[in-house]
Amino acid sequence: MDLHDLTAGYALDALDPDERARYEEHLASCESCREELQDFWQVAGALGRAAGGPTPPASLRERILEQARDERPNVVPLRRRVAAPVLTSAAAIAAVVAVGLGIWSFGLSRDLDDANSVLEVLSDPNARVHETADGEANLVVTPTGRAALVVRRLAPAPRGKDYEIWVFENGVPQRAGLFERPGVAMLSRRVARGQTVAVTLEPDGGVDAPTGDPLFTAAA
Amino acid sequence: MRSRDLAHLSDEALVALVARSDESALAELYDRVGGTAYGLAYRVLRDEALAEDAVQEAFLGLWRSAGSFIPERAKASTWILTLVHRRAVDLVRREQRRRTEPIEGAPEPAVGSAEEAAWLRLDRERVQGALAQLPDQQREAIELAYYGGYTQSELAERLGQPLGTIKSRMFSGLTRLRELLGSDIDDGGTERTTWTYTT
Repeated sequence: MDLHDLTAGYALDALDPDERARYEEHLASCESCREELQDFWQVAGALGRAAGGPTPPASLRERILEQARDERPNVVPLRRRVAAPVLTSAAAIAAVVAVGLGIWSFGLSRDLDDANSVLEVLSDPNARVHETADGEANLVVTPTGRAALVVRRLAPAPRGKDYEIWVFENGVPQRAGLFERPGVAMLSRRVARGQTVAVTLEPDGGVDAPTGDPLFTAAA
Repeated sequence: MRSRDLAHLSDEALVALVARSDESALAELYDRVGGTAYGLAYRVLRDEALAEDAVQEAFLGLWRSAGSFIPERAKASTWILTLVHRRAVDLVRREQRRRTEPIEGAPEPAVGSAEEAAWLRLDRERVQGALAQLPDQQREAIELAYYGGYTQSELAERLGQPLGTIKSRMFSGLTRLRELLGSDIDDGGTERTTWTYTT
């Protein structure tokens, strides 16, 4: 299948989950698809504005604002050092692609079942949001422990390097995904209350135990 | 209840404030886009409670990740509508609630002031006019996908056409709509944003 042919379907949200995931991965490396998608997204926006529909109840506004108020980010101090002990399994790899329109940064999981995970986590009304002290990143964790990392300001990883996410289990860092640039990364490992999540810069493809200093950490 | 001191700010400036956890900016964005967003979600879902869920989840997603929005690259309102649409089609597929009514069947848009209502109506008429100029098969594919929540492969089955035919109808239809709507396409006739990519 030619992935270029999926741009219109993607803009209309008309792809199956596995196609959506493959297309997002393709976007990362295809400038012409990104350009075409921008145009089609504008058309989709016009269709959206023309949708019509009834007035929302006043209670919806209050509910949204109340929930937003309830989850002001918890500030967590930046930790300087991470122990670097052993580690076992290599989990599914999550890459991050900052696609075109800024926020259109979808975490790309190679696990196709997780194709839509990032949006689900970010939009879960019961998720908790934790911010690092310097405000560089937010960790969003759902009640079931699914987690996404929203990275705001960070230089793209140099050639031959990846940013690697770690979840500390009993003080031992476990691999939880890779990304290359700011955006939203889905963690491949669940995060329990009180666990620490850290990010380090590592060789391409990641390593089994962190070798670099943590760039930032957040406690769930 | 609109917060007056924010009224002069652009949507994109409001998103920047939302990124700094400014609740009044979130309220102002909701006042500007929430009605349209709900109308879109309702159009897809045909259920008030589900439409509210889709809008709530999209605005909370905005609250949590506004910091990574880059205003030079997109209209904030287009971004919000895309978040809402994605949530709505995911919900409609989960709930198996697809509807297929044409755009003319939709109720009148929901908005606050008479001025806004007039703008939205104009916008809507322009889009309807453009859709009406598409060949029937292209319009059908786009409406069933965008407003009905059907995937391409579901449409191929439903319409008894090869998948490639559906894909090419969507592509041709969107391309033609883009031409027909021209420079007025984004955000009700305001200036076209120049978008560049540096991922």
